Amino acid sequence: MTRHFEEELNELKERLLYMGSLVEAMIQYSIKILVERKEELAKDIKKHEEDVNHIQVEIDEICLKLLALYQPTAGDLRFITSAMKINSDLERMGDQAVNIAENSLDLLKEPPLKPLIDLPKMADIVKNMVKDCLDAFVSKDPELAGKVLQTDDQVDKFKDDIFKELLVYMSQDSNNISRAMDLILVSRNLERVGDHATNIAEDVIFMVSGKDIRHHLLETKE
Amino acid sequence: MNTGIPVIKTVDLNLFYGDFHALKDVNIEVTGNRITSIIGPSGCGKSTLLRVFNRINDTIEGVSVKGKAYFEKTDIYHHSCDIDLLRRKVGMVFQRPNPFPLSVYENVAFGLRVHNQAGGAELDGIVEESLRSVLLWNELKDRLDDSALDLSLEQKQRLCVARLVAVKPDVILLDEPCSTLDPMATMKIEELMVELKKKYTIIIVTHNMQQAARVSDDTGFMLLGELIEFGKTSAIFTSPEKKETEDYITGRFG
Repeated sequence: MTRHFEEELNELKERLLYMGSLVEAMIQYSIKILVERKEELAKDIKKHEEDVNHIQVEIDEICLKLLALYQPTAGDLRFITSAMKINSDLERMGDQAVNIAENSLDLLKEPPLKPLIDLPKMADIVKNMVKDCLDAFVSKDPELAGKVLQTDDQVDKFKDDIFKELLVYMSQDSNNISRAMDLILVSRNLERVGDHATNIAEDVIFMVSGKDIRHHLLETKE
Repeated sequence: MNTGIPVIKTVDLNLFYGDFHALKDVNIEVTGNRITSIIGPSGCGKSTLLRVFNRINDTIEGVSVKGKAYFEKTDIYHHSCDIDLLRRKVGMVFQRPNPFPLSVYENVAFGLRVHNQAGGAELDGIVEESLRSVLLWNELKDRLDDSALDLSLEQKQRLCVARLVAVKPDVILLDEPCSTLDPMATMKIEELMVELKKKYTIIIVTHNMQQAARVSDDTGFMLLGELIEFGKTSAIFTSPEKKETEDYITGRFG
């Protein structure tokens, strides 16, 4: 017999996954605007963002209702509190995708500053982090979540390298500054998306094992 | 007082009702000035365990015990154990409030008269103090001669606690103390427990998991006579270690 409560938990999971798929698409589109110069995708991002905002409110309502009506404990409690946190991380990711799209649209108004090499690689890694943290959530897989945490360092390194490289362009010719700044902002926003994926991965580990690994808490405890 | 040694402790405790093995190798240590709750499905042995601590189980025919149970340094099942003293030090409140068919005053004074602990003005003082400690004094100070049977259920339950407190126990055992009370009365009894733990060690058996979560500092989960898991309430209700505990408290049991 499936309990009513479990049906509602499943519904919450489904909503969160649907939101995750929208956010994944937003990130994908925002990078395509930049790399493939597909301006028309901006419309889709806008539409998705509205949906994501709507679902964010809906998920919070579901979580509050479940907490109030069922007073869940243990694994159920960890699932719901994690869902609330993942919810806000996903919404923030969507906002970053919108930022990336805006910077990219600015860039499309001018000829490319340089061939894009590192940025698409960085974007691929970040997209995989987003996919992996959501897969880890679905399959309750702490190992996959751990992989996401490890990848974050690579993303940070890309951001630093891209910044240094573009600094050279800016110092060479002041006409480059505006485009270089947009590219720096894109990498900055991608790095933030990676951070949110890392947060989600940490939530998944807490949800599955009950261990809070944020800020290396385990090293200082016990 | 919390002296560091457990107030109640069992070592490989087994209890049988005739052939029925009701408690299996239970090892538990209850610390002073805390509220410890014992949860588990019906028939898991939680009330049986509670009844070991003041040997109320003795009244049931065919009970036999193996292993050890201690109240502070007293070996509860040793032949030298003074059972009257044990029951004064380890008092019990039952599921249904059971005041004697006497006045409010005489209910509280009863234990003191039986044990010849006090009389006269001293008795008046203790009755007042006991009723104050369960927050009944202001409600009942003008009704001390009324029959205790005329009180509300919740007042009766408080009165039963006052009756215990009067003989100055160290440990208060509560067996489903709120199961016949409405939510408001339950809340008042829970508030009372939190107030009482400053002076006493409290062990409560409850079917109401939310109650265990709300009031207790430590929680033990029992299943089929075994103590499956024992630990801080906050840990048990957020990240229990045993799957059986998780299944029970999330309602997936059975």
